[in-house]
Parts: sequence; structure tokens; C-alpha cells
Amino acid sequence: MTDATSSGASPTTKHATSLLAADDRTRRRNAAEARFRGYGVAAIVVAIMALVGLVSSILYNGSSAFFQTFITLEVYLDPAKLDKKGTGDPEEIRKVTTFGYAPLIVASFEKLAEEDGIAVDGLTAKKAAALISKEGAADLRRYVRADVNRVGQTVEFKFLASGRIDGYYKGRVTMESAEIDNNISPEQLQLADQLKEAGLLKTSWNWGFLTMADASENRPEAAGLGVAILGSFYMMIIVLCLTLPIGVAASIYLEEFAPKNRFTDLVEVNISNLAAVPSIVFGILGLSIFINFAGLPQSAPIVGGLVLTLMTLPTIIIATRASLKAVPPSIRDAALGVGASRMQAVFHHVLPLAMPGILTGTIIGLAQALGETAPLMLIGMVAFVREYPSAPPEGFFEPAAALPVQVYNWTQRADPAFVERASGAIIVLLVFLLIMNAVAIILRRRFERRW
Amino acid sequence: MFDTQTHKDNAVESKATKIECRDCQVYYGDTHAIKDVNVDIEDKTVTAFIGPSGCGKSTFLRCLNRMNDTIDIARVMGSFKLDGEEIYDKRVDPVQLRAKVGMVFQKPNPFPKSIYDNVAYGPRIHGLARNKADLDEIVEKSLRRGAIWDEVKDRLDAPGTGLSGGQQQRLCIARAVATEPEVLLMDEPCSALDPIATAQVEELIDELRQRYSVVIVTHSMQQAARVSQKTAFFHLGNLVEFGETGQIFTNPEDPRTESYITGRIG
Amino acid sequence: MNAGLVLLVVVALAAIGFVIGRSRAISTAGGDARGLHSLPGYYGQTVFLFTAVPALLVMIGWLLFQPLYIDGQISDMISDTDIAEGSSRSLVMSDVRRVASGLNTALEKGIVSETQIASMTTDNTDVRAMLGSAGIALASAVEQNILTVAKEYRQIKGTLGLLMAGVVILIAAAGFLVSVKRIHPDYRARNVSERAIKALLIVASLVAILTTVGIIFSLVFETVRFFGLYPAKDFFFSLTWNPQFSGGSDLGIFPLLWGTLYVSFVALLFAVPIGLMVAIYLSEYASNRVRSIVKPMVEVLAGIPTIVYGLFALITVGPLLRDYFAQPLGLGTSSSSVLTAGLVMGIMLIPFVSSLSDDVINAVPQSMRDGSYGLGATQSETVKQVILPAALPGVVGAILLAASRAIGETMIVVMGAGAAAKLSLNPFEAMTTITVKIVSQLTGDTEFESPETLVAFALGLSLFVITLGLNVLALYIVRKYREQYE
Repeated sequence: MTDATSSGASPTTKHATSLLAADDRTRRRNAAEARFRGYGVAAIVVAIMALVGLVSSILYNGSSAFFQTFITLEVYLDPAKLDKKGTGDPEEIRKVTTFGYAPLIVASFEKLAEEDGIAVDGLTAKKAAALISKEGAADLRRYVRADVNRVGQTVEFKFLASGRIDGYYKGRVTMESAEIDNNISPEQLQLADQLKEAGLLKTSWNWGFLTMADASENRPEAAGLGVAILGSFYMMIIVLCLTLPIGVAASIYLEEFAPKNRFTDLVEVNISNLAAVPSIVFGILGLSIFINFAGLPQSAPIVGGLVLTLMTLPTIIIATRASLKAVPPSIRDAALGVGASRMQAVFHHVLPLAMPGILTGTIIGLAQALGETAPLMLIGMVAFVREYPSAPPEGFFEPAAALPVQVYNWTQRADPAFVERASGAIIVLLVFLLIMNAVAIILRRRFERRW
Repeated sequence: MFDTQTHKDNAVESKATKIECRDCQVYYGDTHAIKDVNVDIEDKTVTAFIGPSGCGKSTFLRCLNRMNDTIDIARVMGSFKLDGEEIYDKRVDPVQLRAKVGMVFQKPNPFPKSIYDNVAYGPRIHGLARNKADLDEIVEKSLRRGAIWDEVKDRLDAPGTGLSGGQQQRLCIARAVATEPEVLLMDEPCSALDPIATAQVEELIDELRQRYSVVIVTHSMQQAARVSQKTAFFHLGNLVEFGETGQIFTNPEDPRTESYITGRIG
Repeated sequence: MNAGLVLLVVVALAAIGFVIGRSRAISTAGGDARGLHSLPGYYGQTVFLFTAVPALLVMIGWLLFQPLYIDGQISDMISDTDIAEGSSRSLVMSDVRRVASGLNTALEKGIVSETQIASMTTDNTDVRAMLGSAGIALASAVEQNILTVAKEYRQIKGTLGLLMAGVVILIAAAGFLVSVKRIHPDYRARNVSERAIKALLIVASLVAILTTVGIIFSLVFETVRFFGLYPAKDFFFSLTWNPQFSGGSDLGIFPLLWGTLYVSFVALLFAVPIGLMVAIYLSEYASNRVRSIVKPMVEVLAGIPTIVYGLFALITVGPLLRDYFAQPLGLGTSSSSVLTAGLVMGIMLIPFVSSLSDDVINAVPQSMRDGSYGLGATQSETVKQVILPAALPGVVGAILLAASRAIGETMIVVMGAGAAAKLSLNPFEAMTTITVKIVSQLTGDTEFESPETLVAFALGLSLFVITLGLNVLALYIVRKYREQYE
């Protein structure tokens, strides 16, 4: 204690004498403080700008995918073309191929030129017919096959315009670019403008984007998300039906019954590590175990569902355990106190109380699974699938696409119209995620209980 | 029942007022935590704040170096003057103020750094040392004033968190002293310590009185009686009585003070 | 009889068992349920569990091992002469399976009858055309041997299927009878059924371990096969990656590892300072109002699927960097580049770093802050000199977790980084990563048994080991850190 006084030189007064005036050093320190705060604000601004940039880029590129250019034409379903033998036999008419319908469309452009004067010099009716999507003839065929009595009538038919014409009205294609484009000429664009003036060409809401199947490389205008949405929906059903019972059962065991020993430690470490395994590794697992070993079919929702189940399981187990843990021990004690077994205490009291939390966690896990892409690519979901899978359970084993993988597929195609499609598909995906997360938030708000 | 003899040499010698508090009010959200408090804290004196838990003594202490600024919902009103300067003036930088009015907390809170770095932290941020030798000197001097030099001089690089509770608290006092404060606020500095460590810290506080104005909040009335010259008794946010320690403990004016003292000491 | 139908039968039997068990319990107690040891429902439960569980377990096991057994049988029937030049046994096997399933489809569609299949040879039928009309396209005409084997395959599979149905239903029935017989008032049905349920719970928690085992098994097994075809030394130490369709590929992991680490480094360089500053600002400076707005917005970034980031890299960030930086500076002409992928991945990692750091920073006790403020430190001094050093282990753990995320990330690099394996320092150049090559080697058209495909498993194993190592290390550090303040 003697040290304290012996060493005491008088205090060097380096502080500013007055508190009211900041000294140089304090000013410098405050400037540093302001700078540091500035960095923080800047970091937040960058993060939010990134979010805004991301969302607006997708909206900017993708919102037009929900609108499509249609051309309405009067088509004479010429019996001379569709029923060459003149027998009127429905079987014969059904056999006419898509190619057989193309001349009908050409004929209606000829008629348009003759009767309404809608034509451009030097543009043959055949070239003019290229304004219509290549899918147009197929649509017409489907329309006729649905009711063969339509042959011989003149009908008003709404055709999809070709991707280039659609692009012209969305700003992707210009007169200049058409000069050097093999698929479209400036004359065709002029004709499109004439059609527009005549009110035959319109851009309108396109439900087909959500319901149609994928289409091939050179007809982006006909490509839709129907099969992908259905495939993703099937997988979500499988994931929900498997993760919820397995995840809840595993969590109940680990949280309520498991003794503290090496085995449960192993399980715990396992779960926390599985949660961080790269998703692509799960794809490899699916490929070699479910497809190569167990012989399940490629690109089927069942395989995708199983892989996504294994991926989401750790997330759901972690969420479920958290909500089981949040139920206070007094509830368990009360149940045990009136003579319930531990199993009864858990199933009658703890589990119902933890249910909102479990459901919230499950929905968030499902949302994660819905957006997962990489593992699905490895199990063959990149394949081009045009057929809608049938109803479950058979449909689970038939090839299907998945929403995020469809996005990837479209980005790999050359036609820039597919960029619009891919962005549009992302909007659909994000809307689904938004709905799921909103439901989770509402569930939490509505049922959350603080003990 | 009180040994007031120990205070006889400290007694009644008027000293300069260091901090002057007038009509002080503190609100925590809607709670009125401190009501109309007027206190003069003298230089080179130990002033003790006593009172039951939740009476506002710690809150008031934290007003003296604007530590309440770090709590969003706290609002402070009234006048606090340090050497005649209003410390809640807009021009006053709390950072500069806190270098003059140091603080020691209830629980020893050494930083997870070495003993040396703990003590050197204050001088470094305030730029008190010109060079390494200067800093070494300040650290040694402060550790000596903290009465812990002999125990740690051989392991200045060891982490401060590795010391015992009493040592940690003396380290924290040394750390506070290193910035050359003029006032030292202590918020129940001994409540987390065992009796032996408490005795050491109390002895240290008595030493510190030579240089600083010390304000100590304490639960223990024996401690207030042992170390302080002035005592303020707080109750429900009011300052009930303030005066010479001997006076308060032997002959309180207010019945509430008396019942508190007698009730506790029994 | 297919598995679905068997499942249905077993479940139906079990459901009936529940009802019977319950009513039998009541009747043995003379109609008064109070005479029973357990509630009547528990007697029903025991019957249900004993009927369904053992039967279903046997069924799952059977379904898992049946393909192995059949393959073994069939494989012996294929002589080496059946395996064409440049083909392999497994390719022939998949032909056999295809023909067999084609025959089944044709049978279902009524194109052929069972007797026609039995007498079918390649001489009397154009099998390929027949299967084509059933909707099964084959690459080449079917040879007689393949057809014979395929018919045999169908037969074995059919027999085994019937056998399985018989065995499973028999086990279910046995379980049913035994458990119904055991019912009498003193039977401790609740304890029995609770023990059984507990066993089911344990099985459910084993799924996590089985997944890990499955991952390791599939990776290691195929990797060993890969190293049988391609020297391990070249895989680890070769500096070139150049797969060829015709064989003779260079499959060195090094250029891929370089690309992976480079992209991850750029991502962390972007994400760590920003994520950390966001966390610091939100926990130390922001008012509650700002916090309640900004925090969810930043967390939205974490909920966005990586395919969205990939598209963002492809259509926005890539062209932007190319047109405004790479081309004017003469550093490259590719829109996919290390920087594109790195920046976008950085955005993805911001919420990851910030929320982990936020937790860590909040775990630093308030008394540390008080101590520092009490000495007259400013907030930034407190953050830089007290809070960050105290939180350092936790922050390091968070960064390691983020790094493991970055290394394992697939879609952003597939769409943003490019496909060319290069060893270059120029961030504007396209490079490729381990994950990109796993995708391209496994989704390509090369046959499965080639080193070009199998290398994906070796890459996957390397990826798994690296990320696992980082995770274990990070979790260990974070756990140690938490213990320090608890």
C-alpha cells in the first residue's frame, strides 16, 4: 500500500482545462467516430442497394414475361386441306399433321392482303405467316382435333406471335437488328405494325406462361412453367409428408428422451454438420443411392423429393428442437405430477404447445427446398420435359421439371427471349416464397406465446 | 454502537466543491427514478451513497459521468456542474468528461486483454503517453496506485481475466486511475468480493482520497462508515439526508434514515 | 403385385388390428374399461404397431436388396461376347432393364400378351418397333441374347415381387395374431406401445446418421472406382484440367481448387467487411426503429434462392462489369468472371456474416462496454479495441462458416464464373470451380463408367472434406467462445 503514495508525482493535467471546448485530440477522435459510423451506414446502404438492385433487375427483365403478343386472324378451316379424301371421317382428320395446318395460316394472310390491304411490298404471304409462332399451327390442330365438325368453318383464332415480333413490342428487336437477323426482316415488322393498327395484334396478359409446358429452343413465346410448377409442387408434397413426421420424431427423441451419451452426441454433431453440407453433395447422394443403387427413375419428383427431404431434415430438426425447448419444464412437471407417462406428457401437452413453432420451421424449410437447384440438376431434372406428369402417386415416378431448374435451363438457351422467361419464372418462384414466408410470419404472430 | 472515532481525523474541514448538482431528475421511460436531488460533492473526499436497493443511488452515480447516455430510454434533467462547468451542456463531449470522471463498476470487468493492455487502454485512447517508456511509467504508477503492482509486476502480459476477483477489481481501479481522472465513481465496487479482498479495496479507497474526489455507492453501511467522510441517503429516488458520515450514522435528522440504519444494523 | 398395393394391404390390416385390439381389450375386461391396465386405445395401438412395423421394415429391406440380388443373377447370364466393343457390362445391364420394362409397358397397353412374350424371339418379332409403338424408344435393334436375358429378368423380378408380397403379408398377419392373442386385462399395453413408439423415435433420429453414411458411402465408393481408372497422383497434383470424350483426359483438381478459392476469396473480401459493419452498426448504433426495419431487409437476402443470385450475375452484374470495367481496362471480354461470381456470392453472404456476427457481438457482456465507456472511450474505440477483440473467436468462426458456404456454393458459380479451368490471377477472367465441374461432369453425355464422369465423385469427396473440416473447426471455435461468456 505504501507504493501508492510514494510513486505519486502530481497528476499531469493533460486534459483540456475546460470541458466546454473540445481539444484537438477529442476533435480528431470524434471525427474518427463519425467516420466509423459512416462506414456502418455505408455498409447498410450497400446491402440494401444490393437487395434493391437484385429485385429490380429481376422485375425489370421478367415482368414482361407475363404479357405476350397475340395475333387474331380469321382462319378458314379448309376441308380441301384437312380432309383431302372428303370422307369427313374424324379419324382421317385427326391424322393430319401440324404441317398440314400451316397452309391455312398462309391462306389467311393472303386473304388479309387481298381484302383489307394489310400487306407489305415484297413480303409473300408465306413470309407473313412467319409472324405467327411455330406453335400456332399446333394450337390450331389441337383446336380442330377437339371438335372435327369445325372443319369447313371460318373461325377467329388467337395465335401467339413469334418470339421476334413479341420482342419488337418489348424493345428487344428493332428495325436495325432485324436487318441482320435471319429470323425476322424489317418488312415483317412493318406488317406487324399494320396488324397492330388494324387492331389484330395485341399484347395481353398471358396465362399460358403459368400453365403451358416448356417449349423448344426456337419458340420461346410458347414456353411456360406448367410442368415445372407441377413438378415442384409434387416434390413439396413429398418433402412435407416425409420431413414433418421424421423431423418431429427425431426432435422429440433428442430433446425429450435421449440420454446424454456418445450416441446422442454423435447424432447431434451429425445434424449440425449435415445442415452445412453443400447442397450439391446431396445431389451426388441422390444420384448414386436413389437412382443408381435403388433404381428409381431419373428426373422423377420422387427422387427430387427424397433428396430435398434429406436436405431440409436438419433445418426442421433444429427448428423443432428449439420450439420444444421453449415449452417450459413446468408443463412437463404438471403432466407428470398427475400421473401421466413421459410419452403422454410429450404427446398430450408439450407437442401441441410447440406445434406453431414446428409448423413455422417446416414452412421455412420447405421454402428453402423450393428454391434449391443444384442437387436437382444432378438427378436429371435438367432434362427437357414436355409431358405433364399424371396425378400422384404414379405422377411421382414420371419425369417432371422443377421451377428453379427450369430457370437454369432457360438461361442456357441462345434466344434472348428466354432471359425474359427465366426472370419471369424467378418472379413466380419469389412470389411462392413470399407467400410461404408470409404464412410462417402470420403463424408465428398469431400463435406465438411467451412464457 | 458506532465507532465514530476512526473518522475524527477526517472530519469537518471544508473543502472545495468538485461537483455541484441542483434539481436533478432522471426518468427511465415513464418511471421517475430520481427526484429533485441536490448534492455537493467535495474534492479529496470520499462521498458514500447509501440506501435500499432500487432507491436510485446507482442511477444518480451514472449521471455524474453521463453513463446514462448509453441507455436509450434514460432522460436526465437538472444541473450538474463539474468545477463550475455544466456537464450536460451541448458543447461537452461525454468522452472528454469521462476521462475526468472515471468509473469503477460493481462486477470487476477487465477486458479480455493482458494486464498491461488493460491499464494502458485509457492512456492510449486519450493520448496521454508520448512514447512507450512514458506508457510503461503510467502503467506502473497506476498499478501501484491500484495497490496491485507487487502482485502482477512479473506477469503484465498475462490476461487480466485470469486474476482473482479482488485482484481484478483493483486492476479495474488501476485502469480507471490511469487516465488521471479528477473524480472517481465507484458503483458497489466490493459487492462481488470476499471480505479480505473487500478490506484491501477499502484501504485503497482511503489512499485514493489523497488525490481524487471519490464517490462510492454501497449496500453496506459498515463500509460507508469505514471509508467515507460524507454520506448521502437515498430513498425511492429522493435524497433524504446528506451530511457528515459521523453525523448521519450517529444522529440522523430524518426518521427514514434512522429506521433504515437501525433496521439494517438491528 | 406391386409394392404400393402391399403397403396398402399392410396398413389396412394394421388399421383393422387397431379396432379389433381395442374392442377385444374392452370385452376381456367384461365391458368395463376401468378393469384394464391401460386405456383401451393402447391395446389397439399395440396391435397396430406389431402388425405394421415389422412387415414394413422387412419390405423396405427387401426392396433395397432385391435389385442387388437380381443384378447378381442376371450379370452372370451376360457373357463377355455380349458386351460390344466400347461398351461395358453396366451399359448392357441397363439395356436389359430397359427392354424388360418395355415389355411390361407393352403388356399393359395390350400390344402383346404374356404368351406372346414367352415365345418372342428377335427372329419372329421386330422388338425395337414393337417397343417403339409402346412408347419405349431404343437406340439400336435388340439382340437375341439381350432379349433372353431381359425375359429372364422379368421373370425373376416377377417371382421375387410375388414372394415379397407373400412374405410381408404373412409377417403382418403373424404380428396381428400374436398381438391380438396377448391382449388381456393385465397386459401392460401402454408400456409396450410406448416402448415401441420410443424405438420408432430413435429410428427417426437415425435418419440423420444414415444420411451421412449414405453420403460418405456413395462418395468414397465411386471415388475408389475413379482412382482405379485414373491415378490419384495426377488428380491431386496435375496442373491441367482437360477432359476428353475419347479418353486420355487430364483431370487435375488444382485449377478447379484455385478457381474455387479465388471466387470464395473475392466473395469474402466483399461480404466480411460489409457484413461485419452491418452487424456492428445494428447492434451498437442503430435505434430500435432502424434496427427493426434494416435487419429484416438484410435477412431477406438470406432467404433468396441461389438460382436468383445466379440469374442476377448472368444478366446484370456480369455484363455490367464487362462493359464498364473489364473492356475499358483491357482486362477481359467475358461477362462471366471470378469477379462477377465473387461479388454476387458476396451479396449472398452478407446476411450470413452479419447475423452470425450479430449473435457473437451481442454475446459480449454489457459490462465490457460500460468499462470502456467509463474510461472515456468513444463508441468506435470501444468497438474496435474491446468488443471486436473480445468477439474475435466468434467472428472468425462466422467467417469460416461463410467460407465453407462459399466453397460449396453451386448455382452462382455455374451461372457467373464460367466453365474454363484456368490458373490465372486476373479477376476479370472466367474460371471454374469444383462445384461447376461436378455439375458439368454429371449432367453431360459421357458414360457413367468413364473417369470423366467418376471424377465428379472424387471432386465431391474433396468438396465434402474441405467444407466439413471448415465447419467442424468453426463450430468448435464458436462453442469455445460461447463457453467463455456463459
